[in-house]
Amino acid sequence: MAVAVLKVVAAGPLITVQDAGRFGHMRYGVPASGPMDRLAFAAAQVMIANRADAAAIEVSLGGLVLECVEGEVSYAQAGGGFAGGWHVATLRAGDRLRVQAGTWGSWCYLAFAGDLARPKWLDSFATHAISGLGGGAVRTGDVLRIENAEVRSAREGSYDAPPQPDQATPVLVTPSPQGRHFADDAADVFLGSTYELTDAFDRMGVRLDGPSVVLNEALGIPSEPIVRGSVQVAGDGVPTVLLADHQTTGGYPKIATVLSCETDRVAQMRSGAQISFQTVTPEEAVIHARTVAEARVSFLDVCAAPRASLDEKLMQMNLISGAVAGSEN
Amino acid sequence: MKATSVGEGAVLFQLAEVADERTHAAICALDEAIAAADIKGVVEVVPALINLLVAFDPIQTDHGAVTAAVQALKPDVAASRTPQVHRVPVCYDPELCPDLLEVARLTNQSVEAVIAAHLGSEMRVEMYGFSPGYAYLRGLPQSIHLPRKPAAVRDIPKGSIIISGAQSLITTLTMPTGWWVIGRSGFDVIESDAPDPFVFKVGDRVVYERISRAELGV
Repeated sequence: MAVAVLKVVAAGPLITVQDAGRFGHMRYGVPASGPMDRLAFAAAQVMIANRADAAAIEVSLGGLVLECVEGEVSYAQAGGGFAGGWHVATLRAGDRLRVQAGTWGSWCYLAFAGDLARPKWLDSFATHAISGLGGGAVRTGDVLRIENAEVRSAREGSYDAPPQPDQATPVLVTPSPQGRHFADDAADVFLGSTYELTDAFDRMGVRLDGPSVVLNEALGIPSEPIVRGSVQVAGDGVPTVLLADHQTTGGYPKIATVLSCETDRVAQMRSGAQISFQTVTPEEAVIHARTVAEARVSFLDVCAAPRASLDEKLMQMNLISGAVAGSEN
Repeated sequence: MKATSVGEGAVLFQLAEVADERTHAAICALDEAIAAADIKGVVEVVPALINLLVAFDPIQTDHGAVTAAVQALKPDVAASRTPQVHRVPVCYDPELCPDLLEVARLTNQSVEAVIAAHLGSEMRVEMYGFSPGYAYLRGLPQSIHLPRKPAAVRDIPKGSIIISGAQSLITTLTMPTGWWVIGRSGFDVIESDAPDPFVFKVGDRVVYERISRAELGV
């Protein structure tokens, strides 16, 4: 069994092992966790020809430096505009891989051709960052072991990242389930204002900065379920968009719910970015989610196309045209 | 029953304005009825205090279909699952329970009276939240109700029995809390190796049993 061993030379904060998510346990206080940007994660797995539920490393803006100390293994890098672009390459003993933030995006995924030896919890590698349950954090000094490590030369090459989302496009939300807990103009304030993402930004969510959303009867409501995308407002009137590691219930009122399929885009914004919101009806929300899902399938199909085959095709074309040219002479 | 659409993949069903035992029993009955109905596209259900969230896959179904299917159910509170009773051992050693004295002082009674009141309570598992395995239990007697502290205290160890108002919790990780620490237990709400590791189901009952520090082994 081939094994590749990677040493974590340097790791920024908030770097964890993730898989596609741990579903079905919200009633026990367990959010799905999983990737902050689910499309980039899925693309990394497809690019390296892994199973969709394989483990990968979620790299934060803090960046990650790995050194291969034993064996060889191919990997895929995908996420936002991180330096080096979306690509598949192979690490061999002595090679260093530096994953660092680039032109845009806050999260990037590293998927390996093999099995990342990290613990599962409830049959999932997804790390719930606060409790550490799941595959766990990746820290400087860690040694990562990839079992059944393979070199997949056919996958090597560069891949097209999706374009950077236009930040001027409002993020789609459904209206508050609890309008009565807010002042009459609260929804208008929230929807009519531009907010800024603050640096209070982790896997649980991102706190915004901007006009206060005024609560009617602060903090008096019974705790109720929360979803990925809930926009909760604390007593200070500041909205927070909850993300992958959201609490599953809570007592703060919600001014709106960002569509789950829009949360990848929110997660890839950076502190200081401007964000605004626009309501859609539930029917429009479903239509949008289905459109996004179709686009995702098409995008992943493109990621699945083997890179080497293009080269091979070109070579074949050359050979054929050469042969044709020869026969004409 | 009021239904509100939440995002592209959930409906929140509200059963009452105020949380009480009757409402909670109705939520548990509805939860069971949804589980039994096997509604197309429904992926999970999160019961809470006055409402219940039904999450669904928007590729397979939509808010309207899920709402209609749930509203057509006839949950029967009388026929609900009999709640299981869990016995949770608690050590009240003052060294492990930093707030026991203060709770006694603030409620004008002896430490032993506080412990007796806690031991006499029958708690109901209301809801999970905050963190995995973090089960909110309700049912503390009035005599030990206190609002939470003005500021959270850091690094309260896992297994702490904490109280606030009528609620109590067994903490599942070391964390800050503004609740009052009146006991310590080795009881684990999450059995780490079980396929369904959450010992408490929403609606279950919890009673406390006093143990010595030697029995706790901390």
